[in-house]
Amino acid sequence: MTSLIQHFVQTFWAVVPIVVILFVFQVGILKQKIPHLKRIIIGFILVWLGLTFLIIGLEKALFPLGKIMATQLTSSDLVSNPLDWYSYYWVYIFAGCIGFATTIAEPSLLAVAIKANQVSGGFIKIKALRITVAIGVAIGIALGSFRIVTGLPLHYFIIGGYILVLIQTYFSPKSIVALAYDAGGVTTSIVTVPIIAALGLGLSSAIDGRNPLTDGFGLIAFASLFPIMSVLAYVQIIHLSNHDKPNQ
Amino acid sequence: MNKSLYQFANNLVDSAKDLAPIVLVVAFFQIVVLQQPIPNIDNIIIGTGSVLIGLTLFMHGLKLGLFPIGEVLAFSFVKKGSIAWLLIFSFALGFGATIAEPDLIVMANEAAKVAQFGGIITSDTQLTQYAQTLRYTVAIAVGLSVVIGVIKILKGWAIQYLIIGGYVLVMISTLLAPDFIIGIAYDAGGVTTGPITVPLLTALGVGLSSSIRARNPLIDGFGMIAIASLLPIVAIMIFGIVQ
Repeated sequence: MTSLIQHFVQTFWAVVPIVVILFVFQVGILKQKIPHLKRIIIGFILVWLGLTFLIIGLEKALFPLGKIMATQLTSSDLVSNPLDWYSYYWVYIFAGCIGFATTIAEPSLLAVAIKANQVSGGFIKIKALRITVAIGVAIGIALGSFRIVTGLPLHYFIIGGYILVLIQTYFSPKSIVALAYDAGGVTTSIVTVPIIAALGLGLSSAIDGRNPLTDGFGLIAFASLFPIMSVLAYVQIIHLSNHDKPNQ
Repeated sequence: MNKSLYQFANNLVDSAKDLAPIVLVVAFFQIVVLQQPIPNIDNIIIGTGSVLIGLTLFMHGLKLGLFPIGEVLAFSFVKKGSIAWLLIFSFALGFGATIAEPDLIVMANEAAKVAQFGGIITSDTQLTQYAQTLRYTVAIAVGLSVVIGVIKILKGWAIQYLIIGGYVLVMISTLLAPDFIIGIAYDAGGVTTGPITVPLLTALGVGLSSSIRARNPLIDGFGMIAIASLLPIVAIMIFGIVQ
């Protein structure tokens, strides 16, 4: 019960800043009335209630679920030799499946894909782009799990990824670069973040020699970085294949 | 009333679609691969129901209240013509939207628990404070990112130079930051851009670039989210260095 009240208090203070900002700017600076005031107040109350239930649910269900999956997938029934990184193949397969399935269903990705289709004059196909991003996320999370299993430093992968993105940017059509960068930011939705984060934290506490504090985080970073690479690669490939046609 | 009920039902379907892939993948692995009972299954089912209801109410509320007024305001400040006010509004919008992001709340709470487990913080009051400081740090960084994004559109800067600059900053701060903060910092970049921030920032970016004749809204309107994914990384690293 006290934790329920605590949650309501925390989410109340989470919603207050944006409400105050919007009202101050609308009434104080623009000196305009707020249209449909009643509807907007109801909207904000729903946001507050919804946020509370959402956070309680994420902490009660999706976080524990991610940790349980991490524990069960690293149990001795599935991992024959805990010292070999390839014995953890079920972990990588699960990570990849979660990444692919959640991304392909992501509505904000569909919105970005439709815009990319318009910018490119139809060259970039909506469905192909969504699959490309989903593959990027799947590879990213699987590789991120591999990093936790092996304990390799996170920044080697991220900085290596940045360098690759910069090289790809140099060879990509400039009109699409901003969209590719944004694609990385929209892949991780509200329900994906907790389960992926919990998977990382669960893996780092289940595997001997790993520490949640230094090894547990980083999966979301992988999930945001790899789609940028896969989208740039996809754009590169269709760009090149169009150049090869003699009548273009 | 009927119309809003219909919208509510639509949001419920959307929330279920959001959850479905996770439920399906987990169920597949449980039934086919693991074949083990899930501990506390009743709690997980209740929690999943709570996510479904919460997400539906949250999205419905955003569409009723926050999005209409946020979008109208973004357009009004673009039309007002005062660059100083536009920049102040941009910062406030990025800051306020980020504080309310559910992903960030959950991640910050979890990061605080891990920090307590690892002995970085000791008391429960520090736990709340640590989570809150993380969120405010990220929110200030997103606010600044929106300001930079707006200046980028006004001046017509190319996004790739800003991104290269951001990457260099991330690399330098990685070298200086303590080990325990690096993972959280990198993750913060992916967490910031959620269901509140993305629509509001897109409205601001596209509104601004369509009101300037030399800008193409489809090209110049994008990139704000990318900047807002980079600066929070640097900000959290700085938080780790200072702490």
